[in-house]
Amino acid sequence: MKPIAFTLNGVAKTVTTDEARNLLWVLRDDFGMTGTKFGCGASFCGACTVLVDGKEVRSCMTPMRNVAGKKVVTVEGLAQGDTLSPVQEAFVEHVGYQCGYCTSGMVIGATALLAANPRPTREQIAQGMERHLCRCAAHLRIVDAIEAAATKMAGGKK
Amino acid sequence: MTRPTDEMIVPEGWGFVETIDRRDFLRLTSTGLMVVFAVKPPEGTFRPVWNFATQQRTPPDFNAFLHVGADGRVTLLVGKIEMGQGIITALPQIAAEELNVPLGMVDCVMGDTDLTPFDSGTFGSLSVRVLGPILRAAAAEARAVLVQLASEKLGVPAADLEVKDGVISAKADGSKKATYGELAGGKKIERRFEGKVALEKVAEFTVVGKSAPRRDGIEKVTGKAKYAGDIAPPEALHARIVRPPAHGATLTSIDTTAAEKMAGVRIVKDGDLVAVLHAHRDEADKALKLVKTTFTPSPSTLNNENIFAHLEQVAVELRNIGTAGDVSAGEKTAAQVVVGKYTKGYVAHAPMETHSAVAAVGPDGRVTVWASTQTPFPLQTQVARALKLQPDKVRVITPFVGGGFGGKSAGAQAVEAARLTVAAGKPVRVTWSREEEFFFDTFDPATVVNIRAGLDAARHIVSWDYEVIGAGERGSRMYYDVPNHRSVAKGSWSGNVGGMHPFNVGPWRAPGANANVWARESHIDVLAAKAGMDPVEFRLLNLKDARMRRVLEACAKKFGWTSKAAPSKRGVGVACGEDAGTYVASMAEVKVDAATGAVKVVRVVCAQDMGVLVNPEGATQQMEGCIMMGLGYTLSEEVRFSNGEVIDKNFGGYSLPKFSWLPKIETQILDSPDLPAQGGGEPAIVTMGAVIANAVFDATGARVTQLPLTPARVKAAMAKK
Repeated sequence: MKPIAFTLNGVAKTVTTDEARNLLWVLRDDFGMTGTKFGCGASFCGACTVLVDGKEVRSCMTPMRNVAGKKVVTVEGLAQGDTLSPVQEAFVEHVGYQCGYCTSGMVIGATALLAANPRPTREQIAQGMERHLCRCAAHLRIVDAIEAAATKMAGGKK
Repeated sequence: MTRPTDEMIVPEGWGFVETIDRRDFLRLTSTGLMVVFAVKPPEGTFRPVWNFATQQRTPPDFNAFLHVGADGRVTLLVGKIEMGQGIITALPQIAAEELNVPLGMVDCVMGDTDLTPFDSGTFGSLSVRVLGPILRAAAAEARAVLVQLASEKLGVPAADLEVKDGVISAKADGSKKATYGELAGGKKIERRFEGKVALEKVAEFTVVGKSAPRRDGIEKVTGKAKYAGDIAPPEALHARIVRPPAHGATLTSIDTTAAEKMAGVRIVKDGDLVAVLHAHRDEADKALKLVKTTFTPSPSTLNNENIFAHLEQVAVELRNIGTAGDVSAGEKTAAQVVVGKYTKGYVAHAPMETHSAVAAVGPDGRVTVWASTQTPFPLQTQVARALKLQPDKVRVITPFVGGGFGGKSAGAQAVEAARLTVAAGKPVRVTWSREEEFFFDTFDPATVVNIRAGLDAARHIVSWDYEVIGAGERGSRMYYDVPNHRSVAKGSWSGNVGGMHPFNVGPWRAPGANANVWARESHIDVLAAKAGMDPVEFRLLNLKDARMRRVLEACAKKFGWTSKAAPSKRGVGVACGEDAGTYVASMAEVKVDAATGAVKVVRVVCAQDMGVLVNPEGATQQMEGCIMMGLGYTLSEEVRFSNGEVIDKNFGGYSLPKFSWLPKIETQILDSPDLPAQGGGEPAIVTMGAVIANAVFDATGARVTQLPLTPARVKAAMAKK
């Protein structure tokens, strides 16, 4: 048990816990933040994806010791009040979801992807999202949404 | 999403009714206009399929509500659930249409056994097809009642009134008007929909047939949408359950001492159920690993290789599922008889949300279960029976469901949570691990299809002898123009008859149809090749069914199909199918890597006739999802197992379709206003196996007769030809 300090969606937090515990369950069970989902527990599916210092990580396999002193952003931290982020807005407009369970991870993954490559091709989007699984198979709409988000973030230029 | 009034009734998170209690419900329904109506599935589309469901049938009187409140808002209360298929939008659209109110004025409460009337479950693409027309009629009834009330209040004959946006006014004098809210408020009017009312004509629809934005988007992209595993009552504990390593293995010893020493851990036993409980899920995981167990080995000697011979050997139950003419007489007129055997392995549902449930006992002794389920009402009975309670002592609430595909028709996880909450005296959360999900899934059954077909000199199919072992009959109906045919089924997805399967099987998106359509449409292609004919022309030559011809011709046009007998090296394929009343034709283009046998699907075109279209965008998304999901069972998905043990228990070994697989997808929904709305969630998936296998044959000349079309199988078939 150790106090671990980090920033969660812009707010300083300290949690005293076993530093080997993974971030996913600290978020869900200690902080009650259930937007980040459990899908496979083994980094295959991407449902638990969050940003740590701007990079996408699988929270189900990220021990708390790796989070100490870092900035964590979850799906709950993307919107500014009622204003959705451009990626979130595009996922709503293009219906980049069906059941919605993988959506938190998809939205976070897309956010990281566009931060690294603001104008990806559709192939680069597919490549960048390859490790995110969607069983409803909304892939087409998700790619559409990410492409639209990129356009939106570039000020609407195609 | 906020509402101007009554914010308690439908809170943020559509369909998620955690904060509604019975009092709110009674308050909602104590005044206003309530129309109750019955939903009876049409003959032949419904049969009791799993054991617990047979105990509870659709009551004969009514099973859905529609309420118009004092604020003019319309609330639908339906026992259906939302799992991504979009009925949370489509059902309100139907009601809004008939009531002449804006879609935004219609709320929908779903899948709560205290608040919504009985429903047998959300499956079979029945929601719009079966509930839709009756909902439409009930909404029309409600409108008629409101118009009558307005007529009395305004002193204007009903015929001289018009309705727009929930306001009824005199056609001649617009100042004479009353809102739905004014008319329904302050009184209690209950109508039972029995008679006939004039429905709006399809051509006059303003809401139905237009794409409405989905109503669950903001909740889902912000992480606010709640799923069963997100429900955390105060003091709730996560449970991890001791599991056998293989189906058929039984526990011989258990030692929980080491786990008990972990801080915060409780061990709870209820008969055969042994669980470790902890407030944190990951610490419960850790404690479970400390439990020492020994099991007897499973007696099963089956594996994913020898299963097909086993199925053919043990299948005893034989059902005649369709017959015409005389098959042996027909065969005598054949110029050639072509025999085929088609197999497919077990396929997992693998929803992204594993089976989850939270159970708590209230101060009054009633048990509340929040569950990821497609069948809240059968689950209520199932839980009640396990706890030896009357069903009314159990409430099942269904938050958003994170994918179902048929797999959430069984509710073992909810029974586990309920038993453990009673044993532990605390609310208990059960979220299956991915390994448990793969182990306890009710798989789409492994199937063998044997076909013997006769082709005459004029290239007509003159006989068709068909046997399906495992999948059941859905999708096997012979719609080609074959004078002599006989189809029999042994076993079914709906039950493990005679212990055919080494684990549970169950409904998987278009249950049975994926196997039957794959086999039939593969064999039709084989016949086309034997006849030396283009596969589309061969189908049309043997097809009188006008609806099927129409979708096939539409698909060919959109695809730009040109006539050539296969194998043409172009890598194009075709398949037709029907499911849930909807007709489908698909065409695909593939590239096959000759060195590895890997199949890359470049393009898929799909046309379907689904009758009256309620939400074009929603229906299109279902088609796209069917196509992409269907690539999984076609190319990679197969449960590997051995001696009762499931080998692939996570997504490392069991491979779902990925973004890089995404082909160019083009869909077309045919205008079909004269046919009532048919199913939309399943039909477009049924053709995927055959359309790809046929395209692979066209590319390579190699016929693969086992799904999935793994690189190894494609390569082996190429070597054999």
